[in-house]
Amino acid sequence: MARPAMIHRFAALFAAAALGLAACDGAQQTTGPGPTGGQPTTGPTEGAGGPITFLSSQFGPVEEQEKVRNDVLANFDGEVEFVAFAESAQFQDRLQAEAQAGSGDISVLGALHGDLDPLAADGLLSDLSDVASDLSGLGISDEYLELGKLGTGQQQYIPWIQATYIMVARNEALEYLPDGADINDLTWDQLTEWGANITTATGERKLGFPAGEDGLLHRLFQGHLYPAYTGLVNTAFASADAVTMWTWLKNTWQYVNPQSTTYGFMQEPLQSGEVWVAWDHVARLINALEADPEGFTAFPVPEGPRGRAFMPVLAGLSIPTWAPNPDGGKDLIRFLLQPEQQVATLRSLAFFPVLTGELPGDLPPGVRAEQEAVAAQLGSDNALPALLPVGLGDQNGAYNQVFKDAFQQIVIEGQDPAAALAPLETQLQEVFDTSGAPCWAPDPVSDGACQVGG
Amino acid sequence: MTGEGLGRDTAPSPPAEAARPVARRLGWAPYALLLPSLVFLVLFFATPMFQAFVLGLQDRGGSWSLDSIQRMLADSKFRSAVTTTLAIVVLVLPIQFFLAMSMALVINAKLKGQSLWLYVFALPLGISELAAGIVWVSIFTQSGWLNTILQGLGIIDRQIIWQSAETPWLIILTVVIAESWRATSIIMIILVAGLQSIPHEYLEAAEVYGATTWQKVRRVILPMLRPSLQVAMILRVILAFQVFATVIALGGTGVTVLSAEAVRWANDIDNDHVAAAYAGLILMLSIMATALFLWLLPTREEQYA
Repeated sequence: MARPAMIHRFAALFAAAALGLAACDGAQQTTGPGPTGGQPTTGPTEGAGGPITFLSSQFGPVEEQEKVRNDVLANFDGEVEFVAFAESAQFQDRLQAEAQAGSGDISVLGALHGDLDPLAADGLLSDLSDVASDLSGLGISDEYLELGKLGTGQQQYIPWIQATYIMVARNEALEYLPDGADINDLTWDQLTEWGANITTATGERKLGFPAGEDGLLHRLFQGHLYPAYTGLVNTAFASADAVTMWTWLKNTWQYVNPQSTTYGFMQEPLQSGEVWVAWDHVARLINALEADPEGFTAFPVPEGPRGRAFMPVLAGLSIPTWAPNPDGGKDLIRFLLQPEQQVATLRSLAFFPVLTGELPGDLPPGVRAEQEAVAAQLGSDNALPALLPVGLGDQNGAYNQVFKDAFQQIVIEGQDPAAALAPLETQLQEVFDTSGAPCWAPDPVSDGACQVGG
Repeated sequence: MTGEGLGRDTAPSPPAEAARPVARRLGWAPYALLLPSLVFLVLFFATPMFQAFVLGLQDRGGSWSLDSIQRMLADSKFRSAVTTTLAIVVLVLPIQFFLAMSMALVINAKLKGQSLWLYVFALPLGISELAAGIVWVSIFTQSGWLNTILQGLGIIDRQIIWQSAETPWLIILTVVIAESWRATSIIMIILVAGLQSIPHEYLEAAEVYGATTWQKVRRVILPMLRPSLQVAMILRVILAFQVFATVIALGGTGVTVLSAEAVRWANDIDNDHVAAAYAGLILMLSIMATALFLWLLPTREEQYA
């Protein structure tokens, strides 16, 4: 009987091993692409008229993908396969795979300015100057068209949509605003005071940040707090001003709902009342404002010692050089820039048009409230726009992780800011050395890879 | 060769005499029947497992190095991922076994509406891990069902925050509760099958000798159930090492476990090598736990081997 027992034992070990690994695979899939995120259903096609594969780094969440298909692309005269991923790494993988192969399915690429920049540098984007001149009557912002040239003589991408981050408060929080504070002109210190007032009055911590798994908290540091306190981002990562900023956040956290580490989109805790004052991306706040326009107030992000820093998000449309259907792709780009589609994107997805003209007057009240806050933010005297990362490629995730780790260690685990930042600064430098990305605004633009020590 | 080989393996005792002609008669048929599952296992389990090990032992440049493993060990979340995973395994297992055993005995007691109990108990089996996690979030979130009910009953004045990163043990507790609810039924099914295969004669004999219910459970049912317990234990401990979606849903970034770290490295940081190192670690831990249970709970066959 010795042999069967051993076989049994081996089989159990093997099963254990197999299940162990299968679980890891399965686990990855649960956060994986949406319904059409995986394999494209159509193969490469020759010439115009075939299906157009539209790969987008935006609108990854499944419900957003559905809105793109149903509300924005529905009237397009042609077949579009919209592909978006919940994780930016998967978008990068797909893009890199096709770029390296020099062939693939993508005919239109919708991505952030910072994602398109390295592609243009490698000469992988087609010239869209003809599309730009076709669209000249629509009033696309000149600044954005210039950005779309990415420092070259050609139109590398057509500006598509824009967004940013703002603050939203439940109206019952307004009575606790610090004395003499103007909600459209707050400082980060006043936000702390506001949170403290609410906690004193209600006994609860009512400020909120999206620090959960799907949250965009890293953008609070990269585009708001760092520039507001240091005037810079990467080159001042571990500076004395940065320590001041982290100390401020650590102190403010006592007024922040501790469940923030589970929040992905702030609209939900705002609606449930778990949080009264929150910062997030406009598209992740819109449901609260739409559901109850009278119950919420949208307002600009507060300012710090160096200005009112905020992060404009600009996404563009481009056609890769290997596109199987470039003519269909150009048609799709022209279609997406028409006012109807731009407004549809605003209504359904809360991403703002890149057109400068007046928007139709019958905008939903929530969208209008956001638009006013965005305009106030842009128009403030000490506005300090901070760009999204540019040129990091597959190091984007590692870059964000450095900021998330800093938050985790300093604010959640209570480590000393200066001590925690020093080793993280080395990691940040590694990200730049690996990617070779130069610094971007508001850091002084560097020649070679960005040097975080300044 | 095939038939003889099989015969010789089971040769030492007299029944083998009978086995030999049977084996010869069957010829290659048993192997042909095994082939599809073997191909499946090699293709979908052994191969990716091997690839994961290779990935884990390479750096990003593709050359052999321990860099990925060192990065995993130096990762600021590594230690808390290991302790949280082990804490969940250690807390979930006894709770689930007690519950599963009780549920299996209730079903086996042939009470009125026996099949209804089976369906009720097996209900969580039909719900995906992530869906279960989201259901439990709606219970444990600050404005969720639990706080609403507790407040309604006047037990608490102010909503309790269960999912705070400042009290990770509370998050672990909610994960343990959610996991116990979600994954107890699979153990129960195995135990029910085991219970039903216990011959009635043993229990009748115990009754004749005047054994109490507890004595029957302790002296007859549990020893006879040992093979099922072993299988259930191994299956459950492996699944507990892989717990992922419930932790993500309930804990957010407040707590982390090994599989969540593997996913974070693969998806967020885009470094498959460190992710593979984490997967390898989960595999090693699963193998160690399996070996431990094989040693602690040998079946009769193995005891006499």
